[in-house]
Amino acid sequence: MRQIDSDFLALPLRRLADAALQRARDLGAEHADFRLERVRAETLSLYDARLEGAADADDLGYAVRVVKDGTWGFAAGVDLTPEAVARVAEQAVRVARVSAPINREPVELAPEPVHEATWVSSYEIDPFDVAQADKVALLADWSAGLLKGADHVSARLLQVKEQKFYADTAGTTTTQQRVRVHPSLNAMKASQSGFDDMSTIAPPVGRGYEYLTGTQWDWQAELAALPLHLEEKLAAPSIEAGDYDLVIDPSNLWLTIHESIGHATELDRALGYEAAYAGTSFATFDQLGELVYGSPLMNVTGDRTVEHGLATVGYDDEGVRGQTFDIVRDGVLVGYQLDRRMAMMKGFGRSNGCAFADSPGHTPIQRMANVSLQPAQDGPATDELIAGVERGLYIVGDKSWSIDMQRYNFQFTGQRAYRISHGKLAGQVRDFAYQATTTDFWQSMEAVGGPGTYVLGGAFNCGKGQPGQVAPVSHGCPSALFRNVRILNTVQEGGK
Amino acid sequence: MTTPQELVERALALSSADACVVLADDASSANLRFAGNTLTTNGVAHSTRLTVISMSGRGVGVVSRSAVRPDGLADVVAAADAAARAAQPAEDARELVSGVPASASWDEPVPPTGIEVFEGFAPALGEAFSAAESGGRRLYGFAEHTLTSTFLGTSTGLRLRHDQPTGRLQLNAKSADLKRSAWAGVSTHDFTDVDVAALDAGLARRLDWAKTRVDLPAGRYETLLPPAAMADLMVYLFWSAGARDAVDGRSVFAKPGGGTRVGERLASMPVTLSSDPAADGVACAPFVTAHASSRQSSVFDNGLPLAATDWIREGRLESLLQTRYSAELSGLPVTPAIDNLIMRGPGDGRSLEEMIASTRHGLLVTCLWYIREVDPQTLLLTGLTRDGVYLVEHGEVVGEVNNFRFNESPVDLLGRLSEVGRSHQTLPREWSDYFTRTVMPAVRVPDFNMSTVSQAS
Repeated sequence: MRQIDSDFLALPLRRLADAALQRARDLGAEHADFRLERVRAETLSLYDARLEGAADADDLGYAVRVVKDGTWGFAAGVDLTPEAVARVAEQAVRVARVSAPINREPVELAPEPVHEATWVSSYEIDPFDVAQADKVALLADWSAGLLKGADHVSARLLQVKEQKFYADTAGTTTTQQRVRVHPSLNAMKASQSGFDDMSTIAPPVGRGYEYLTGTQWDWQAELAALPLHLEEKLAAPSIEAGDYDLVIDPSNLWLTIHESIGHATELDRALGYEAAYAGTSFATFDQLGELVYGSPLMNVTGDRTVEHGLATVGYDDEGVRGQTFDIVRDGVLVGYQLDRRMAMMKGFGRSNGCAFADSPGHTPIQRMANVSLQPAQDGPATDELIAGVERGLYIVGDKSWSIDMQRYNFQFTGQRAYRISHGKLAGQVRDFAYQATTTDFWQSMEAVGGPGTYVLGGAFNCGKGQPGQVAPVSHGCPSALFRNVRILNTVQEGGK
Repeated sequence: MTTPQELVERALALSSADACVVLADDASSANLRFAGNTLTTNGVAHSTRLTVISMSGRGVGVVSRSAVRPDGLADVVAAADAAARAAQPAEDARELVSGVPASASWDEPVPPTGIEVFEGFAPALGEAFSAAESGGRRLYGFAEHTLTSTFLGTSTGLRLRHDQPTGRLQLNAKSADLKRSAWAGVSTHDFTDVDVAALDAGLARRLDWAKTRVDLPAGRYETLLPPAAMADLMVYLFWSAGARDAVDGRSVFAKPGGGTRVGERLASMPVTLSSDPAADGVACAPFVTAHASSRQSSVFDNGLPLAATDWIREGRLESLLQTRYSAELSGLPVTPAIDNLIMRGPGDGRSLEEMIASTRHGLLVTCLWYIREVDPQTLLLTGLTRDGVYLVEHGEVVGEVNNFRFNESPVDLLGRLSEVGRSHQTLPREWSDYFTRTVMPAVRVPDFNMSTVSQAS
């Protein structure tokens, strides 16, 4: 198991925390927490096998959050001295005082056992230990291969190392480190009918650089096939709009889960805290335990524990231990994603650990756990799902996505779609998008693939909150079969 | 504490590279967030970031670190110098910009913002909560003030500085049952000019409009898009107007067979879409600041002066977003991106109220949401209407209509405008996290594509 980097541990973590928490106590705060974090992020961008941009950033700072007379106060700073930290604690209390006239709901936090813990995510090679030139050379080599069958190739490698130290007035202290990487390549080609592109479907993962060089993903196979997929797509016929049965690959379905289940079951959305921005949810709190979300085959869990998950942590940003919990069981809504305030407000007793702040300068808000659709234990393989379709589409890879502010109406496209005719794939089609209402869609799910079809997909950059924050999150799912889903022709939608 | 100016000077002196650019950003912010007539979160933050861009031959190395202290400066510069020496030649490598006079304010201290910026606003918001409560409304929203000071120094002698204050308020009123919703957004320098009570009154009027509900099916409708909705569509068009992508044949601005569509008529009416760093009320940085290179920016262009630029002039595509490198590729003038966007129609144009009054049968949209690209060839976008779609009959709003998902290309839409109203400063609903300085008109589109009905309210 990896250890937390010694240079992070060498920072005066405990001394700064003590200074902040003591000052907050002295000023009468009922609760205070101190979070110091360093986020190292490197992005490499190549275009046509040449380095286009390299950004290597390191964000180091801390935040003090207090509850004073029932009102939140939050302040963040960068000067790593006990005196400066104490001043930031004073600022947090002042923010609470200025905000008091507009606070009508006193803040109370659900209790959490006191933890004293260290946690490191599961990875082998720290990507920041690999020379930038070596990483560029690998991406350039992959790009050069793709350029043999494409006009232009983009390659990108995102790498993040997140280190957090947390302490609160209840006595919890946690120190954590996690790593994630996302390599992606895109090939573009023009033809007489226009241009199109095709991207890799390898998901982002909570792993180290071994993801690019090891056996966790078959990069050679995917890169070899990509130009052929693109060539076929450019020559493919335009889809005829109408209702089709869909077999959706995990590389596409993860995003539909993210948008239509993940966000819809965030309790802050259901309670209206995001109403002016990200939106609310059709899955309102009064429907907990009753809402028929989908077919009886639908079982969805939230977790912050799965190995290599992007939302996986030991402890969240309120000191709550990572957990696994049910969200949809046998098609019925049975749970929400929580933070400590909402858990207390709605009588859950304990938070399920979904508080997260994306940087030292932002306050923790409820963010998404790894929300995953469970496979059927003896479920079919993907080709067996396809065999059960007379007229349909098999959709692979995510691309365009959009969903309304209550998570009812969505529209997704994909990297590629294959026509299914009499149970067999019959070549790609172009210009497709699927459009549905969330509960109609999930209730139309007739079959769920087996564990052999299950893949952990996800994203680095889920946006939410004001000021805006981004969060990494994984979604596992099997292939699944949906009946009679509306398919659009996007060229016709454009009025052509 | 070391000042940003001192960090820039010391970093330049420490660099052993052939050339060097140093950017020091000092940012402070304060925010209040509220929902259901009460505070939800708040905060103040201060951050500093130093970006060292070293050039060795045509190789470039970029290292960016927050909260750099004097004793850590040498490591940051050495890392950037080493990265430059190890880098392969950059395609966009050019001589660094020189000969730009130093900013007069270079030596002045940074003026941070803080929670005090809300000392007048917060009590007024509290009163608005009380008024809303008694009127059966719930207020949701976000108030934020940021001040970012950027210091740019180069080994060619540039010493440029820009202080950018950005304030915004988003106010969303909902009926107690959350079935009706209305929204208003404003940009502000310091919140002293924000009249919360007036904004709330305007939203209350719209919630009254929505007491009459009319269900309409999907279809193409004559539609009035207000300035905020146009801002979201035009910002996306602006972001998609990179010259490099057009030259490479991979954007809506690529000419089939090669080249770009510059010079081609895009709009049915003589509208002009432009940017101007000195524009009144939406002033922004007058020089290029590039922390990393991409297809739309080049670190070698740092400090390049920005001037008023027409992207679309009287309906014709005039310019694309350029670096000096992409300008050579495209054979077009160097017109880098600018941090504001202004659209004006012919003449002064009518107000939105006058446009409503002259509408026989049509829809009035409040704003658009979750806008995403569906097809880059046509720049087809999808998204939702939000916070009120109203039916206009014989010049009057007669009720609220259900929300819709739209599928439309802003480029295609420009070719179908039947009226362009008076332009106002406005806040984009969706993109205001990234782009706040816009001046836009309301427009009339005879056949806006409402693709399907959304049940969201």
